[in-house]
Amino acid sequence: MFVINCPYCGERDQQEFKAGGEAHIERPKQPTELSDDEWAEYLFMRKNIKGVQYERWNHAHGCRKWFNMVRDTSNDEIKAIYKMGEKPPSI
Amino acid sequence: MSESLRVKSSQYIDETTRVSFKFNGTTYYGFKGDTLASALLANNVHLVGRSFKYHRPRGIMTSGSEEPNAIVQINPNTNRTEPNVRATEVEIYEGMEASSQNCWPSVNFDIGGINNFLSPLFPAGFYYKTFMWPASFWEKYEYFIRHSAGLGKSPTSNDPDIYDHRNIHYDVLVVGAGISGILAAKNAAKNNYKTLLLDEKSELGGSTIYENNESNKIDNKISSEWLKKEIEELKNINNLEIKTRTSVAAYHQYNYLLARENFTDHLDKKDKTNKIRQRLLKIRAKKVILATGALERPMIFNNNDRPGIMLSSAIKKYSDFYGVACGRKIVFFTNNDSAYESALSLNDKGIKVEAVVDIRKQSETNLEKRVIDAGIKIHWEHTVVDTSGYKKLNNVSIMKLSNDGTSVTGNKISISCDCLGVAGGWTPAVHLYTQSGGKLAFDEDKKIFIPNKNNSDQISVGSCCGDFKLDEILKNLNEKLKVFLDITKTDFENITVHNDQEMSKRNIWLLPSDKALGKTKPFVDYQNDATAKDIKLALREGFRSIEHVKRYTTTGMGTDQGKLGNMHALGIIADTAGVKMGELGTTTFRPPYTPLTFGTIVGRNVGKFFDIFRRTPMNDWHVEQKAEFENVGQWKRAWYYPINGETMDQAVQRESKAARESSGILDASTLGKIDIQGSDASEFLNRVYTNAWSKLGIGKCRYGLMLNEDGMVYDDGVTTRLDENHYLMTTTTGGAANVLGKLEDYLQTEWPELDVYLTSVTDQFATASLCGPNSKKILKKIIPDLDLSDENFPHMSFKEAKIGSIVCRIMRISFTGEQSFEINVQASYGKDLWEKCIEAGKEFNITPYGTETMHLLRAEKGFIIVGQDTDGTMTPVDLQMDWIVSKKKYDFIGKRSLYRSDTMREDRKQLVGLLTDDPNVVLEEGAQIVSELNKKPVEMLGHVTSSYFSPNLNKSIALAVVRGGKDMMGKKLFIPMEDKTINVTVSNPVFFDQTNERLNA
Ligand SMILES: [Zn+2]
Repeated sequence: MFVINCPYCGERDQQEFKAGGEAHIERPKQPTELSDDEWAEYLFMRKNIKGVQYERWNHAHGCRKWFNMVRDTSNDEIKAIYKMGEKPPSI
Repeated sequence: MSESLRVKSSQYIDETTRVSFKFNGTTYYGFKGDTLASALLANNVHLVGRSFKYHRPRGIMTSGSEEPNAIVQINPNTNRTEPNVRATEVEIYEGMEASSQNCWPSVNFDIGGINNFLSPLFPAGFYYKTFMWPASFWEKYEYFIRHSAGLGKSPTSNDPDIYDHRNIHYDVLVVGAGISGILAAKNAAKNNYKTLLLDEKSELGGSTIYENNESNKIDNKISSEWLKKEIEELKNINNLEIKTRTSVAAYHQYNYLLARENFTDHLDKKDKTNKIRQRLLKIRAKKVILATGALERPMIFNNNDRPGIMLSSAIKKYSDFYGVACGRKIVFFTNNDSAYESALSLNDKGIKVEAVVDIRKQSETNLEKRVIDAGIKIHWEHTVVDTSGYKKLNNVSIMKLSNDGTSVTGNKISISCDCLGVAGGWTPAVHLYTQSGGKLAFDEDKKIFIPNKNNSDQISVGSCCGDFKLDEILKNLNEKLKVFLDITKTDFENITVHNDQEMSKRNIWLLPSDKALGKTKPFVDYQNDATAKDIKLALREGFRSIEHVKRYTTTGMGTDQGKLGNMHALGIIADTAGVKMGELGTTTFRPPYTPLTFGTIVGRNVGKFFDIFRRTPMNDWHVEQKAEFENVGQWKRAWYYPINGETMDQAVQRESKAARESSGILDASTLGKIDIQGSDASEFLNRVYTNAWSKLGIGKCRYGLMLNEDGMVYDDGVTTRLDENHYLMTTTTGGAANVLGKLEDYLQTEWPELDVYLTSVTDQFATASLCGPNSKKILKKIIPDLDLSDENFPHMSFKEAKIGSIVCRIMRISFTGEQSFEINVQASYGKDLWEKCIEAGKEFNITPYGTETMHLLRAEKGFIIVGQDTDGTMTPVDLQMDWIVSKKKYDFIGKRSLYRSDTMREDRKQLVGLLTDDPNVVLEEGAQIVSELNKKPVEMLGHVTSSYFSPNLNKSIALAVVRGGKDMMGKKLFIPMEDKTINVTVSNPVFFDQTNERLNA
């Protein structure tokens, strides 16, 4: 059970949060211009890394804000947390 | 039978308070402070159960939570009964009853014992191999397996006890109150860390507290005397909290631990009531110090499981702590020095020690000399090759070990005894450490796994990290604490510690016998009856991974998780397969460390607190009218309102007819409501719904369909434009929270440039939906000054009005196909509004209807319910709702997916209507649909999603999803049921009022 440092509220228990999958997958600006394969890449393909992964989290039972997290999925170490729209730190 | 084996008054047992208890129907006496195990041993009762597979008689082996055999049912046949309790942990109290668990019909005569003689038929994987085939026989096998296994009985009536949960936070948590834990907690607390010290036992001090051996001294005092003074000092430390009888069940990441605090299990029956029995502590600690100690290992030799064969350290504890002799003629069998300490301790109390059998070569340390001086014979380089005594040990046979330890030589020596103390060395209790994600390293020299790398703020101290000698424990503890607590010195820096230098241990995982392995029974896992033979068989059959061997042989899979024998299993695998133990790794230790009661897990969340439920403001009225309720998400919704003993079917037919013939009223308060404001609100709706929203006038309503990005229907509902930049969206009852979450997600992460604000207002409004041809008349009575003409207040529009001084929002929208008005008021006025409608509607026979009638009425109109007629695989095109998908909009959520090759297939399942050839036959929802009855395999085209008998059409109607259904209008299909086949015809899904005349009638 993680302790997550919400960038808006501070440290809270994991049960207040919802995980939202891989981060930095931008919704295409012009979906209709894309081929089936390109659209499928956006829609379905996720890396599911064992190791350092950039992912989205939502403080669902708190401020309801979305933010990004860098987490090592092999040992669940949270390496960084940053707001939506901020540049991802390189780890 | 009840001969007493009490040896000497013990300071931990209250010998002035005699306690009577029953075990397997016989009354015995013990003292306050006894565990069930110590009290039984004092009465010379060793036989406490039967083994799982072979039903061999088994006795008490240990004195703690690692006990594999003495598993009992407490207070059988009462509502406080509890299975799988370790007799070595549970304390006795007046009137307690306990019974052996795994035996039938009794522990002394056990029918399953025949398995013991048939044991060549029960090798590893026996259950897998034998009972899997033929599959149809499984039910018969299962009956016998379950019956003869009998792993305790769960209570059949409600648990009368109270359980609790508590969240607590500490700077430092110390797990285990042995000498290391006590010193760690004391030094943490004294250095301004808010500290919690936990121990599963009733007394602090671990095994040191009853140490009376001259060979372990601190500052020239016997270690137990020194430690008692330290414990005394703990009382004066302010920021230290101590909890005994509290065992840590789980250690999760980020120093989050679960512990069970036990308050009443040891109390007399009369003192148990109206108290919290157990509390689950949810602990967050900044730093954790694990001082969980070590578990003594048994040794693996032929017939090592008879009652009377115990761990050497347990025999010592029963004598020194509880004042109980485990036998009158005791033999020790050892590969290290600790058995000698036990032997001396017993000898001091006048308990006869016959001999020590040591697999090591002769040595002359101080300890051994003292044993010889006490007149105890030592058999060097000998091993036990067999034991005898069916229900109680009466003899051990020993032989000389060969130099390499793989065979025996010479003559067999027979030693008569009634108790054998086995000392196989120590295994650090690293269970909690590994649960926290810590990695282990194998110490080849000591043959133990010790903590190595972890990424939370924690340390392991004392014997759980492999320090077994008192001087090394205290020296290493001192150094570790200074670093971990960031302090310059501890308060035990300068003590002098003396302990005898041990000679090193000799490790043989599987000891030889004069018989071939195949003719012996060397048990590795006592609880699951797995022997060394089973493990070797698994390896011969090709299993290599330790996790696979574990599952195949069931080693380590009992309620004790193999705390005693796992290391031996690993050792035997390593030896047999010729690999290093460090490379083999360990199996995973999973929480809980010891079993938890269900009561502790659920805490206060029982009965009506089991789950959260939501009620509408009109709920009391529904209850008064004796409505039946159904659960919709967390909501309790009125399902139907039976009168005069109506069945559900009768009530629904009546309600449905009334709603179309005159008027009905539905409590629609549960619909999700989201208030949307901001200058980009219209643009936002354009992006999240499939249809266009820019041109919706103020005061108008529109139905919208929301997709997932994959093009599948996600939710639907009516949204009203209240003002230029202000909308009120409704969602399905069950989908409200998810829709809000999804919209927030897009708003925050994909379109942060949009000026839009979302607020859930579901709970803020109560909604009464008036429907039917007389609904307008009823509304007119309630709000006389509102112009309800179709010109002023047409279908799909909105008005704000007042009922007296109460402001209400009224939407003229319809989910039934009848003229309907949804009246929304502030939630607190909901019941008042409802009663006003009922009162005004009396002359029109206003009929309250529930969710079932709502479903029927909308099915007559072919309106879908998301989640009933859709299942996350239906596009709007599949639902024949192309009309709601804007062709003009450049983009909306899910649009691109509607043009994927898969979603464009013509033969996707599509929503259609079904009419049964016999109009009185009502289809079953979920029934499969086929077009050819004789084709094998049967080709299933789809299934029925909604089905009712329509009272307004006087025939059966159904909605269904059918592959290629769009082009099947008028086609005959079949619905094969168990007892008959029903013929149906594909129809338009709109069954009633296809031209929508009634909306404006
Ligand atoms: Zn937050």
